[in-house]
Amino acid sequence: MRVRLLDLLLERGEATASALATELPITRQGIAKHLLVLERADLVRAWRVGRETRFTVRAERLAQARGEMLQVASRWDERLAAIKRIAESMHERSGSAEPE
Amino acid sequence: MVPETITREIDIDAPLDVVWGIVTEARHLVGWFSDEAEIDLRPGGAMVLTWHGHGTYRAVVETVEPPDTFAFRWVRREGVEPVEGSSTLVVMTLTPNGAGTRLQVVESGFADLSWPEHDQAQYAGENADGWIVELDELRAYAARATG
Repeated sequence: MRVRLLDLLLERGEATASALATELPITRQGIAKHLLVLERADLVRAWRVGRETRFTVRAERLAQARGEMLQVASRWDERLAAIKRIAESMHERSGSAEPE
Repeated sequence: MVPETITREIDIDAPLDVVWGIVTEARHLVGWFSDEAEIDLRPGGAMVLTWHGHGTYRAVVETVEPPDTFAFRWVRREGVEPVEGSSTLVVMTLTPNGAGTRLQVVESGFADLSWPEHDQAQYAGENADGWIVELDELRAYAARATG
């Protein structure tokens, strides 16, 4: 849902929680809760205009977060490769592997 | 878009029980994860993970369903308890693949981390820096491992 919110916000440039609620299948309160999480993650910026709060995506932070996630993914690839090497070595050693 | 979860998979030419042992036993965790590890292998059990040069971090076991599901919640800030909002959840799933095992890891909860921006960036950066396992060390470990 947060991904769809970010997509929508990027499309619109900026929006209020109410405006976003008209386009997504959850309540305005639900949207506001997601926006709060996104704001705490610094992906979204909020500011007041009169009685409304408007939101916009922080594009630079989005690009940075994407880069960070790619690094986390790459670290997991390394760990999985290590698990594979250890497991296959142990299995071979135990003599229960089928001959090729 | 920013994914909130990371999913990676690998195929291993070894049966589930062998892979399960490597994924869940402290003596094997130090071969692919931390430099030192303690694990109380049951739901709610404490994990203590030490990386030389980085520090000691807490984790908690969430799910133990041998031989197919192991999950834990961990933090990369010293002294922080692993609860929702301070930690990410790692779920490792093992499925049979012929005579071998498909191992999948899903890490989630990044967007929920309730830290100030620069701490989050550092968290993810710390997840990336300095954890590269030297191939030579791995080979030596694999050679020593006798199961």
